[in-house]
Amino acid sequence: MRSLLPILSVVAAIVAIWYAGAVWMNSQWTLDQAARAGQSLSLREVVADTMVQERPKLPAPHQVAAELWQTTVEKTVTSKRSLVYHGWITLSATLLGFAIGTGLGIVLAIGIVLNRAMDMSVMPWAIASQTVPILAIAPMIIVVLNSVGVTGLLPKAVISAYLSFFPVVVGMVSGLRSPDAMQMDLMRTWNASRAQVFWRLRLPASLPYLFTSLKVGVAASLVGAIVGELPTGAVAGLGARLLAGSYYGQTVQIWSALIGAAILAALMVGAIGLVQRTTLRRLGMDR
Amino acid sequence: MSEQPVVRAETLSLTFQTNDGPVHALKDVSLDVQKGDFVSFIGPSGCGKTTFLRCMADLEHPTGGTISVNGVSPGAARSARAYGYVFQAAGLYPWRTIGGNIRLPLEIMGYSRPDQDARVSRVLELVDLTGFEKKFPWQLSGGMQQRASIARALAFDADILLMDEPFGALDEIVRDHLNEQLLSLWDRTDKTICFVTHSIPEAVYLSTRIVVMSPRPGRITDVIESPLPRERPLDIRDTAEFLEVAHRVREGLRAGHAYEG
Repeated sequence: MRSLLPILSVVAAIVAIWYAGAVWMNSQWTLDQAARAGQSLSLREVVADTMVQERPKLPAPHQVAAELWQTTVEKTVTSKRSLVYHGWITLSATLLGFAIGTGLGIVLAIGIVLNRAMDMSVMPWAIASQTVPILAIAPMIIVVLNSVGVTGLLPKAVISAYLSFFPVVVGMVSGLRSPDAMQMDLMRTWNASRAQVFWRLRLPASLPYLFTSLKVGVAASLVGAIVGELPTGAVAGLGARLLAGSYYGQTVQIWSALIGAAILAALMVGAIGLVQRTTLRRLGMDR
Repeated sequence: MSEQPVVRAETLSLTFQTNDGPVHALKDVSLDVQKGDFVSFIGPSGCGKTTFLRCMADLEHPTGGTISVNGVSPGAARSARAYGYVFQAAGLYPWRTIGGNIRLPLEIMGYSRPDQDARVSRVLELVDLTGFEKKFPWQLSGGMQQRASIARALAFDADILLMDEPFGALDEIVRDHLNEQLLSLWDRTDKTICFVTHSIPEAVYLSTRIVVMSPRPGRITDVIESPLPRERPLDIRDTAEFLEVAHRVREGLRAGHAYEG
């Protein structure tokens, strides 16, 4: 509860700046329209008009909120106009991609830590993979997978995994290497096997790192899934909503899809945070 | 000699190759540690006392001379789990309870579950931590954590206890208390203890033999047989005998420095 006030203050500040921006950016259109009609408007009329435009440059917060409300609560979830429907399409690809990316990331990290050859060879490639613009590679992945008959959810999930495995690799490598020399020496004095060192020391020590990476990874997954929807002319998903919105100049729709995506990301990060707290508390690592 | 020494080092040397040239951490160190001895290694930083202990534990590999533990090589002794090692930091795993931490070496060594339980409660009693089995390390004070780490080293019944400044990070009051407890533990369990320390009173109070070392190159300058009785109350530190031994240790340390200067 104590954190509520600062959070609300920040939200209020953002909304205030947003409104100011909306007035500033949309007023030109209002003034142009008025000039064309040979009218002169008072400041009050100008401001009022910037709030209710059909296709504003920057929709006002309440317009986005109203759009969000209409497309989530007032539409049935099976409707093509429901943001919940589109959100679920994107979410399913995100979750699948996140699962693939996390699995791949953990496996690679284990390989890097346990195997010297992998340590030398994998990490540069992992880093290089992230320097390729995802927008450039996403259509390739879709085309290639499509040509071998893989369509639908999986290509988007692959793009999503492509973005999310990286933070998991980096975090898990640090985590698996986090036990200090003394802890490794202790294991040695007990004549512990490599497997025992891994399961009883490295893996539990890496958990806090893993959860941090997962939070970054899940957000990247969502970005990947949305990006995966953009170049394919997908008809469903948050990416498709963004695309359709930009085709038809529906800025309110674009913004509500953006906010919807942000809410989705926040929920997923929050869910991981919850799992993190309960897990670490059970392990006595949460102080 | 009727009995084989627990640790025998003969002209042991260890040279680290660094960018600034070779560093002689140990040079021609020869020492026998007999069963039931409490041997302290004392000397300034860089005198090789910790390195010597790590050689016994097969954590470092000497570059010259020979060392045997229980009559075999340190590596073989380590494989046979011949010793328990206590570091300066307790090094308890934060995700395991105190009991879980003490159980850890037992799990690794494949003791049965009922045997683990019995051993955990026995060593907890030995270090006076009964009732703390279910606590997590951060719920305990530094001194209690270090006692738990000693319990962990005792749990698998190794005959040798190697201790590397185990109480170095603790305040003096706690240290006195733990010294007293360690002596009584040694008395009850008949272990051979090798103990690295910076503190002259600690070395004199605890040991049957005090090995004074000096740096560059790391070597033994004096080995003092303590005339103090096995039974040692804390106030033995005010007796003339105690002060005499402490004086000799101090002289030994000073001589080591004079040699260098």
